[in-house]
Amino acid sequence: MNIAIASGKGGTGKTTVSVNLTSYLCRTRPAVLVDLDVEEPNAGLFLETEVVSKTITYKQIPVWNQASCTSCGLCARVCEFNAVIQIKDDILIFPELCHSCGACVGLCPANALVMESKEMGVITHSRKEKLDFVESRLNPGEEQAVPQIRETKSYLARNFNDSMLCIMDAPPGTSCPVVEVVRDADVVLFVAEPTPFGLHDLQLAVKAARSLGKEPAVIINRVGIGNEDTESFCREQSLRVIARIPNDREIARSYSDGKLLFEEFPSVRSAMESVKGYLDEAEQRFFANQAKANQAKVRQEINP
Amino acid sequence: MRVVITAAGREWDSQVDQRFGRAACFFCYNDEDGTIQIIDNQSAAGEAHGAGTKAAATVAEYEPQVLITGNGPGQNAESVLSRTGVEVYIGAGGMTVKEAYDAWCGGKLSRA
Repeated sequence: MNIAIASGKGGTGKTTVSVNLTSYLCRTRPAVLVDLDVEEPNAGLFLETEVVSKTITYKQIPVWNQASCTSCGLCARVCEFNAVIQIKDDILIFPELCHSCGACVGLCPANALVMESKEMGVITHSRKEKLDFVESRLNPGEEQAVPQIRETKSYLARNFNDSMLCIMDAPPGTSCPVVEVVRDADVVLFVAEPTPFGLHDLQLAVKAARSLGKEPAVIINRVGIGNEDTESFCREQSLRVIARIPNDREIARSYSDGKLLFEEFPSVRSAMESVKGYLDEAEQRFFANQAKANQAKVRQEINP
Repeated sequence: MRVVITAAGREWDSQVDQRFGRAACFFCYNDEDGTIQIIDNQSAAGEAHGAGTKAAATVAEYEPQVLITGNGPGQNAESVLSRTGVEVYIGAGGMTVKEAYDAWCGGKLSRA
């Protein structure tokens, strides 16, 4: 079961919640923390896990073979990202702009383009007791987060069972990388901040999640700053607020020392307990749905 | 000689658009026959990614010898433009199209 922890606004506490939640759950059960903020993964700073494996990721980039090219220009016209440019008889390819969709290669009538692998990033898998930590990191200079996130998801599918609880720390914002994380999450949690800026971005994030058919739940962090508008918005939108973490200088101090907060602060511990309660319910639904799907499959096989 | 100036509008007294990839339009002037052609850049300016490479390909079709702009094209656009042999001049931000053209004629703009 995949849990996406996202936010809209950056700095609301996604990593704080992800790290503390996973560590809290792993006192009693196995779970995986996945840092998908591939441009600047930092959850590892809070964990003392030991590296199990490192996997290099590759993305597919078209390479042009001038000899077979007929200069028809179709490749440049079909590229949605302007990564393939035709200048007279020359084809220029910009790997940083390429989304690896393969349209140029697939449609080239002269087979003058082929896909080649280019190193993109690294997935580091580490472990401590019941906690598996998968950090996804894009190489410096790489612009496209989505292919790296996709590779990491396929790594998870290869290495963990469907029923394993995977907590995915998403990048901030509401653009493609976040969509890639949220789109096949079973549970979406937004960490929000009760400030005007926090509310603005929460509204965008909720809209994005709902357009993907996901109903998010909200964790409000730093309660006590800003105003009541974030709470009102959640009420109006029937968004379930499943936990609140108070604004506390001591929490911030402990965070900057790289400590786990629930061990020290009862307020954080009870917030994590509330989130755990919500995930337990979601997990029951997940297993019930899985069982139903399996039954349907078996029925289909017996009685096609 | 064909000169392209990144512009916010379609007239000689329009402001130069400082940006290259997301410039509103390209003011194209042929100083041999005095003809002016405006190339709309809406399609590139609206791109989420790759506005620079697309704009550079658009400009290349006019086959200019000189491009005058404000901040200068980014790295990707630059590598497209370098294939065309066009000379890029920058620092025309804040000028009108006419002022920018005159400044270039007077040798007052620097090469990118």
